[in-house]
Amino acid sequence: MIDMEVADLSRWQFALTAMYHFLFVPLTLGLAFMLAIMESVYVMTGRQVWKDMTKFWGALFGINFALGVSTGITMEFQFGMNWSYYSHYVGDVFGAPLAIEGLMAFFLEATLVGLFFFGWDRMSKQAHLAVTWFMAIGTNLSALWILIANGWMQNPVGSEFNPETMRMEVVDFMAVLFNPVAQAKFVHTVAAGYVTGALFVLAISAWFLLQRRHRGFAKRSMTVAAAFGLMGSLSVVVLGDESGYALTHNQRMKLAALEAMWETHEAPAPLTLVGFPDVENQTTHFAVDVPWVLGLIATRSLDQEVQGILPLVAIAETRVENGIRAYDALQRLRADENDIEARTQFEETKFDLGYGLLLQRYMADPRDATPDQIRQAAFDTIPDVPVMFWSFRFMAGIGLYMILLFGTAFVLCTLRKHETRWFLWVALFSLPLPWVAAELGWLLAEYGRQPWIIEGMLPTFLGVSSLNATQIWMTIAGFTALYGALAVVEVMLMLHFIRKGPYAGKGGESGKSTKTRPAATEGGMAPIPAE
Amino acid sequence: MEIPISYETLRVLWWGLLGVLLIGFAATDGFDFGVAGLLPFVAKTDAERRVAINTVGPTWEGNQVWFILGGGAIFAAWPLVYAVSFSGLYLAMFVLLAALILRPVGFKYRSKREDKRWRAMWDWALFTGGFVPALLFGVAVGNVLVGLPFRLDEDLRAFWDGSFFDLLNPFAILCGLLSVTMMGLHGAAWLSMKAEYGPVRDRARTFAPIFAIASIVLFAGGGLVMAYGPYGFTQVGDVDPAGPSNPLRTETVAAAGAWLSNYAAHPWMILAPVLGFGGAFAALAGLKMNSEAVTFIGSKLSTFGIISTAGLSMFPFILPSSIQPNASLTVWNSSSSHLTLFIMLITTAIFLPIILAYTSWAFKVMWGRVTTEDVTSGGDYY
Repeated sequence: MIDMEVADLSRWQFALTAMYHFLFVPLTLGLAFMLAIMESVYVMTGRQVWKDMTKFWGALFGINFALGVSTGITMEFQFGMNWSYYSHYVGDVFGAPLAIEGLMAFFLEATLVGLFFFGWDRMSKQAHLAVTWFMAIGTNLSALWILIANGWMQNPVGSEFNPETMRMEVVDFMAVLFNPVAQAKFVHTVAAGYVTGALFVLAISAWFLLQRRHRGFAKRSMTVAAAFGLMGSLSVVVLGDESGYALTHNQRMKLAALEAMWETHEAPAPLTLVGFPDVENQTTHFAVDVPWVLGLIATRSLDQEVQGILPLVAIAETRVENGIRAYDALQRLRADENDIEARTQFEETKFDLGYGLLLQRYMADPRDATPDQIRQAAFDTIPDVPVMFWSFRFMAGIGLYMILLFGTAFVLCTLRKHETRWFLWVALFSLPLPWVAAELGWLLAEYGRQPWIIEGMLPTFLGVSSLNATQIWMTIAGFTALYGALAVVEVMLMLHFIRKGPYAGKGGESGKSTKTRPAATEGGMAPIPAE
Repeated sequence: MEIPISYETLRVLWWGLLGVLLIGFAATDGFDFGVAGLLPFVAKTDAERRVAINTVGPTWEGNQVWFILGGGAIFAAWPLVYAVSFSGLYLAMFVLLAALILRPVGFKYRSKREDKRWRAMWDWALFTGGFVPALLFGVAVGNVLVGLPFRLDEDLRAFWDGSFFDLLNPFAILCGLLSVTMMGLHGAAWLSMKAEYGPVRDRARTFAPIFAIASIVLFAGGGLVMAYGPYGFTQVGDVDPAGPSNPLRTETVAAAGAWLSNYAAHPWMILAPVLGFGGAFAALAGLKMNSEAVTFIGSKLSTFGIISTAGLSMFPFILPSSIQPNASLTVWNSSSSHLTLFIMLITTAIFLPIILAYTSWAFKVMWGRVTTEDVTSGGDYY
């Protein structure tokens, strides 16, 4: 039997380290491309201020990147440390994208990041620009492979359980690669990263402008951020919708939970704007519904149903019963590999084995389950409805607000009204929002697929290592202390750099850029080159 | 799909590739660990420290990926090895991670502020990030040679009977020290090639022969323990190299001295220990001849030899179990499926050459000695 305390603590630790890691990743994704864009303008126009921009934002990128990499190392080893049985059970499928990420993306990104910082005077402008672009591409490819791995956990295609080796194995690698959930997640996640990078640049530029410092520098940065951010925020919402569509086919329970939709509504289903999900009575109070919208988003039709939570529980109950038969067949196969009848039974039921394993929360052998326990296990497949419901609404709300914010920024930049003070304050105070949305997004994706670590295949509590609670408490305490200290150091260093500004120790903005472009530096009256 | 390479061959290839990754890691990131571990001893002033740090500044990040890729490759090609070892060495892994986390931040943040206390703090972080992992990697390999106290149940869930302090047995500590001297030599050889003519380089060159001699002595000591000590395992009965990846279907027993029997069966394997010693002697000769290239290449070859000695001695074992020998993980019973190994091999065959190409280019671009003038004038240095 699994010690549920160990399972819960392992989940806490994973959530802690993954969400901390994900504070740095979106900014890396977005800033990398913005650096490439800024440097491209520098190479095309030869104007020093664009190189200064690349270097200043690059320095902040570097501070962030260091922690992104540090905390990423933890992620890779944590599967083996805390989720040892999971690693054995799915390593054949899940390990491959992680390793390919290293081969194809992380090596590129990490090798070139050194050249990005140290190579300015050691290669031609064009070669350095190529380095920056490849670094950005490497960063984004990293996200692709990680999300292929994660997407498989959400929608385990192209693989089957092998009773001889007691684990999942790949049968169709192309299916793993082109998993629709993974693709939808990838585009949604990187676009969210672009928004994060853009808002970071926008907010800090706004702060410079509010202080009337580095105005030429800040206005150009703001223009890049506005354009890039508008593109990113539009994509994030459109592609988020794609993510929702992917859920319809693959994670119906997650979709129903985030809508707090208890019963199947006759098509087309309404979208619940707000309301108060009541888990005990399986209803949502004070729900404000917008007719048809959910049906349109989720099925892209007016006549297909979106299934509710309770009907899905009924399906789960049948699958648990089937899972018990799969478990039984597996035990008989283990006793005698040539038991033809057992093999047939296993082949018929193997895709429900995971549902049978859900019962191991209550007993060692699922075959001992009573009808009540089977029903209980089926109800266990409902994730935390209120958390899903509210996380989704806050995340989507922030997404829509980002479009509004960057739309406004874009208009103001186009009209050369960069120094509209009320907007600068709004931009500055909006700085934390993309991070909030990104963390909520992870909460939806990961907490939303509970109780599964591999959807429908392996319950989360079974994935843990055989550790004791003390060991995990020790590492949770250790990570909290270490990560907490590093977070303080990182923020202090960022603020230190921002306060010093882009021209610290270089004789000020005019000192350096007047050589190449006298008109555009002070006062900011000169026209800004078209982006 | 018909897979054109047999399961057996793929398993051996992946065992070899695992070795390539570990050696790639020790041969590149090894000198980064060496430089960081030597930092307090070879560099006394702030300018000297910055020279030392910047000899590895532009390339350590790429070098570190060998380690990350090593982890990923074990996960993908030897999932049971990954699952069993990392959960078993739980607290040791945490200490390793904590030390490794300090390294990127140490490199990146140290010179970002003038404050003396700030820089002193990161010097400690860098020293820890260099010395502790170097020691722990060796300790881990030592424990693997001894056999780890794990068992597997019928569902292949791993259980452990052993504590953090059991890992610190005398033989494992000997291996840990060997790993420290090996990476120390590599770091000193790198500094003597990359640091300007001056105190950092001079001090590195006084440490190098000490590390080289210590490596030779410790490596020989390890060999004696293997020959006369109680360690070693062997597989009995029929072994099916293409059998399913399930250790409980094979049979293993403990056999003292068995780690040396491979050399009798396959005499060519003796090349590995010869290279381990020969490389270290070549490094010494290079120091004497004043040839930095010979020292550095000698140190690389020694690393190569020492790591392959450990790997080849154990073949086909990867992770023997000291408490339930039948649970021991070998090349034949703990790999990924045939298809996964094949797909991963194709991917590696495409990307490894590309990686080697741009990594060499990066080293070429950053070639040349780091000078005090560089680090104090340019804004691009750590």
